[in-house]
Amino acid sequence: MEALAKSDFLAKEEHPTKPFVLWRPTAKTGLMSWLTTVDHKRIGFLYGASGLFFFIFGGIEALLIRIQLAVPNNTFLTSAQYNEMFTMHGTTMIFLVVMPIGAAFFNFIMPLQIGARDVAFPRLNAFSFWTFAVGAIILNVGWFMKDGAPDAGWFGYAPLTTRTFSPTHAIDMWVMGLQLLGVASIAAALNFIVTIINLRAPGMTMMRLPVFTWMTLFTSFLIILSFPAITIALVEIMMDRLFGTNFFEVSSGGLPILWQHLFWIFGHPEVYILILPAMGIISEILPTFSRKPLFGYPVVVFSGASIGFLGFGVWSHHMFTTGMGTAATAAFALMTMAIAVPTGVKIFNWIGTLWGGHLTMRTPMMFAIGFLWMFMIGGLSGIMHAAAPADAQQHGSYFVVAHFHYVLIGGSLFALFAGIHYWFPLMFGRRVSEFWGKVSFWVIFVGFNVTFFPMHFLGLEGMPRRTFTYDKNMGWETGNLWATVGACVLGIGVAIYFATMIYTYYKGERTHKDPWDARTLEWSLPNPPPEYNFQAIPTIHARDSWWYQKRHMAEVAKETADQIKADEAHGGIHMPFQSIYPFLASVGILVGAIGVSIIDPANPNVYHGFWGPKIAITILGGLIMFVSVVLWSLEGNEGYHIHLNEDGSVKGEDAHGGYASHGH
Amino acid sequence: MSSTAAAGAIDHHHDPTTTTGIPNKKLLMWAFLASDCMFFGCLISTHLIYRLHPPPGTLPAKQVFSIELTSFSTFILLMSSLMMALAVNAIQKGNLKSLRWSLLTTIFFGCIFLGCQVYEFRNFVFEKHLTITNSILGTTFFTLTGTHGLHVLIGVIWLTGMLIYSFTGRLGEKDAIDVEMMGLYWHFVDIVWIVIFTAVYLLEYL
Repeated sequence: MEALAKSDFLAKEEHPTKPFVLWRPTAKTGLMSWLTTVDHKRIGFLYGASGLFFFIFGGIEALLIRIQLAVPNNTFLTSAQYNEMFTMHGTTMIFLVVMPIGAAFFNFIMPLQIGARDVAFPRLNAFSFWTFAVGAIILNVGWFMKDGAPDAGWFGYAPLTTRTFSPTHAIDMWVMGLQLLGVASIAAALNFIVTIINLRAPGMTMMRLPVFTWMTLFTSFLIILSFPAITIALVEIMMDRLFGTNFFEVSSGGLPILWQHLFWIFGHPEVYILILPAMGIISEILPTFSRKPLFGYPVVVFSGASIGFLGFGVWSHHMFTTGMGTAATAAFALMTMAIAVPTGVKIFNWIGTLWGGHLTMRTPMMFAIGFLWMFMIGGLSGIMHAAAPADAQQHGSYFVVAHFHYVLIGGSLFALFAGIHYWFPLMFGRRVSEFWGKVSFWVIFVGFNVTFFPMHFLGLEGMPRRTFTYDKNMGWETGNLWATVGACVLGIGVAIYFATMIYTYYKGERTHKDPWDARTLEWSLPNPPPEYNFQAIPTIHARDSWWYQKRHMAEVAKETADQIKADEAHGGIHMPFQSIYPFLASVGILVGAIGVSIIDPANPNVYHGFWGPKIAITILGGLIMFVSVVLWSLEGNEGYHIHLNEDGSVKGEDAHGGYASHGH
Repeated sequence: MSSTAAAGAIDHHHDPTTTTGIPNKKLLMWAFLASDCMFFGCLISTHLIYRLHPPPGTLPAKQVFSIELTSFSTFILLMSSLMMALAVNAIQKGNLKSLRWSLLTTIFFGCIFLGCQVYEFRNFVFEKHLTITNSILGTTFFTLTGTHGLHVLIGVIWLTGMLIYSFTGRLGEKDAIDVEMMGLYWHFVDIVWIVIFTAVYLLEYL
């Protein structure tokens, strides 16, 4: 992002003319510029950097798990440490890696794809990121405390998570952390929904949206509709833990099965929250490197919608062995098989895109084709789970572990890696080495398959999930040893990938605009994109709008000139002011969350003792948040205008006191 | 943008700066309410599921509830929605005086509702001996209605902020969308209460 900070296109420090009681941060570089930024590209970068940072954590946890399981009766980790490892590996990889890296692309790429200058609510967007960061801190802070990290599994099944069985603060932190991540995700998703529906450039009709933007929209809807379920489940378990209520207390009539239902009503749409962005990325990369438009665009979009819709009706396939009764089991089995149909349709459309194309085998394309292949294997084992009788055998075994790693690594992560490679030149103006990119792809690909393919067999041979060791005479040694060797290879591959990225970030070869000869609007921008994105808001004439623009230069040049004139007539390009209050509101949330989840109650003998440091810190956090929100509203959604030279550099700017009633 | 505000009468139903013409804030609120539906949906489902499995010795809900009081507070909350609608109408016409009275009445009715809830909670705890910990009914009842009460409280604080801003000049006709957005929230909270009143209270009297 330093590349962005040094860009000529960055507006200079501006001075609000209006004296204001409220402090307007103006820093364009340095720490303060990051804490107060409302620029969707910078926020996207922050999401991506955090996601990759936690990827290292989650990866180390995975390697420790594999080392422990390499040989029978291993004592490398204790069972308690193992529980922490697999709990935090799952929680981290889902909520702190795949979701934020997805959000990084939503933030960075989506507004550029629809021809917008920012998201609809820039400050809310900053708040989403900072609240995400707070949730990540609360989730992981246990590593540094005597209570330890959360250790009840990423699914947190009650009654294991009740105070009776998990008396320490570790679970309180897990509960609080996930709630905050939910708040952050919902706030961000609301923002994306409004942005996609309302901030499209003229001519960008819904059926001209790039598929990645469509998938952002569907994912956002899944987030706002599914996260409430886990939030309520977490509220209930939190009430049980903090106030001694009876939601999951069997002796008072509570039903722990309710947790599973609420969790999976969230948990299954969550699976599509993780995979739909990946499908969007693939749907951008395959056409670019096949030099063909996406095959069956409307069908790809509508199958994305049907996956999202059906995704709410399949949650109980995670619960086939809980004894729901034959009718419910049959219904959920059928629904689960039905959801394979739109997924298969997508795969055939991607194959149709490749078919007869002039394929260029660049690194993003390698990862994308790897995705197609690996995701399909994961999808096929998924259909096997859909058959309830078969699932009864596979449930809780390593077969399931193999299945979801094929869809999450072979699916989501391959696509995200493809996306990082693909958009890297746009984000930072540098090009990743093809040689090292391909080396990393092959090492990751081999390592991934060697790790997870044997797990299918381990699972069918009866090896259970979530157990920290196994006996020698079970016949599981070979498979486990291979898996561990594979995990090390996978680790090396990921290390090569990141080393390549870091090297490229600092030293990589500078590249020109649109290095892949791509099709969608974001590539019409110089790299890295200027702070204001578009010198003139483009007019969209076709689905692959940049492809169209490249072939109608004269027409586009005229439109651009007209648009620049119109912008100047309206006072220049409107930019939102930076703001510190989203950050401060999240700091308040952090303080409050520490109060709720970490501080001991007043009287250690009576856990629902009321007044004391716990309540004081919680209230303090609430107050900081409240005051920040009030100041946030007082500050208003004003902005300033910038004026550009012909080459796009900033000529001048003026603050305007006008109060933008709509929009920014 | 700001230039549109200066030019003549404000069109409160169409925002030319957005693709669809729907103001961003309105769309945001609608999407949020969709999400909030799921929050309440999960809580209400929890209550209804647990209602079917009362452990032995549970106090029947009918002996705890005071349907007269709750009917009264329900009526008051519904009337507050009327006042909220008048507030939106007032600011769209630029009538600040009427806006202030409508907002004040909405806040007042909201506070009566909250007062009734506080009274009801105290009555249940101290006289009917239904607490949040001593039974599953108490657990789901207080959590559900308490969450709703929290929504009303947030609404009252928000409305109070608007009332103050209407005096300091921060809230004028150009900000009608802010009041309209708040109105959507307020009506939603009312509608949710109708569902809760039916599913939690009236259901026990069938």
